[in-house]
Amino acid sequence: MLMSSRASSAQKKREKPAKTLVSLENAGIRRDGRWLVRGVDFSISRGEVVTLIGPNGAGKSTTAKMAIGVLKADEGSVSRKRDLRIAYVPQKLAIDWTMPLTVRRLMTLTGPLKEADILSALEATGIPHLAGSEVRHLSGGEFQRALLARAIARKPDLMVLDEPVQGVDFAGEAALYDLIRTIRNATGCGILMISHDLHMVMAGTDTVICLNGHVCCRGTPEVVSQSSDYAKLFGGNARALAVYNHQHDHTHLPDGRVRHADGSITDHCHKDDGHHHGHGHGHDHDHAHGDHDHHHHGDHAHHHAGHEGEGSRHA
Amino acid sequence: MLDDFFTRALIAGIGVALTAGPLGCFVVWRRMAYFGDTMAHSALLGVALSLFFEVNLLIAVFGVAVLVSVMLLLLQRRQSLSADALLGILSHSALAIGLVLVAFMTWVRIDLIAFLFGDILAVTPADIALIWGGGAIVVAAIAWLWRPLIASTVSEDVAEAEGMNPARTKLFFMLLMALVIAIAMKIVGIMLITALLIIPAATARRFSMSPEWMAVFASLIGALAVIGGLFGSLTYDTPSGPSIVVAALLLFIISLIPAFGRKPAERAANKGVRG
Repeated sequence: MLMSSRASSAQKKREKPAKTLVSLENAGIRRDGRWLVRGVDFSISRGEVVTLIGPNGAGKSTTAKMAIGVLKADEGSVSRKRDLRIAYVPQKLAIDWTMPLTVRRLMTLTGPLKEADILSALEATGIPHLAGSEVRHLSGGEFQRALLARAIARKPDLMVLDEPVQGVDFAGEAALYDLIRTIRNATGCGILMISHDLHMVMAGTDTVICLNGHVCCRGTPEVVSQSSDYAKLFGGNARALAVYNHQHDHTHLPDGRVRHADGSITDHCHKDDGHHHGHGHGHDHDHAHGDHDHHHHGDHAHHHAGHEGEGSRHA
Repeated sequence: MLDDFFTRALIAGIGVALTAGPLGCFVVWRRMAYFGDTMAHSALLGVALSLFFEVNLLIAVFGVAVLVSVMLLLLQRRQSLSADALLGILSHSALAIGLVLVAFMTWVRIDLIAFLFGDILAVTPADIALIWGGGAIVVAAIAWLWRPLIASTVSEDVAEAEGMNPARTKLFFMLLMALVIAIAMKIVGIMLITALLIIPAATARRFSMSPEWMAVFASLIGALAVIGGLFGSLTYDTPSGPSIVVAALLLFIISLIPAFGRKPAERAANKGVRG
């Protein structure tokens, strides 16, 4: 509509439902004679969370940039709803330290915002105390929170989050994914997300698109995680998904304790066998009975998903 | 008042410094110091061409500076050489071609030193009108473009995604640079223009908690350097353009002293955290 380039007449005639924010049709980007991505086909509607997953160099960021118009499609077409309000959290953002920029000033980078929106977004991402701090003094995780707060405060129609929780500690990571879901539910905005945290992201996603230069497979998280393409791309990690699904009924608190679905708080993820678990690491070599091994199997799968931080808190 | 050459020099110099402040901040933030140098060096080619074709000096210098920056952008797009190698080639060849052309034109006698190092003491009331008029245009344009300029300095991708046009912003920015260089050439000369852009901005960094304040401080510090440099050149009978740059350098060094530099910034930071 707004940006349709070389759309075939058939595609132009097809009326899209008004709630579609962005749609890509057979879109591709070519650089130096090589297709970075090709034949990408998907759309994002109001209230939908679409997650792009795939190995390094699969073209996830390229696809996201193409969807929001930072890169122009060399093939196919990309159309966006008229006056679509976008908030973008890029994968990399290096602010030259010579620019004095506070978190508060960063928030209004591309447009003025209401003070109340700024404060509530900083509150939501857990950094209200950093409003007046210079951006260059923030840690990686704090900076990501600031970028996410900026995106939220913009009250966009579409949020594009390229690895939004990189550098955020494990407890914060889960909270931020919850927050992203909450924002979607509250505002009905569409979300395009890129992530490596398969197990984390899958739970809150409506549509998963598996990229590797092209769309390998797509569907609901359940469908994708069962597909053979997905297993091929992610190998052993694919199994971590199942493990996580059994465990995402609890929240990791900042002090390392865990709040369970029923509201109780313990020192461990598995409140029923917490005692056992807590001893597990120390007693590894002494006790080799079957029950113990069984528990550790699950624990290892959890570690493979790439969160050492959580493991150390168990001990 | 304008009868006195020293007063004229002060008014002209302060005008240039106030204009250079905000623009210099962007040169620092965008790491374009060498780019500024290249544009400034190409000004000598502009001088030579203006004499050769008998066109207005300001227009010729502005035109060549714009041409050189467009050439740089096109060459960068081919990505055959790194940006700083390209800048080195463009910068020094423009300067060299300018010097060669001037030497060829045996029928004109120009004061090369005045162009290279400035001749602020020869400023005319017409020059002052040009500096303040042109300066007002530049400052107004920067104020108008402020948000897109800052946004695309932080991230061109975010600016583009969120409805801005960073390519157009960059073009405007380069036009403004070319204009300031054309205007400032007479004050500090081709070789030292970049110093007047960068040094006050770098000095202002230590006192500033926001890009806006840094731009204001850079203007004020630049004006202070002009005043100090001109009085210094009067007192010690030193060349005025370089004296201004030396004064700016002294202010920068003073700002490095911890007691001077850090305290205001830290106080502001603490206030910000509490507020």
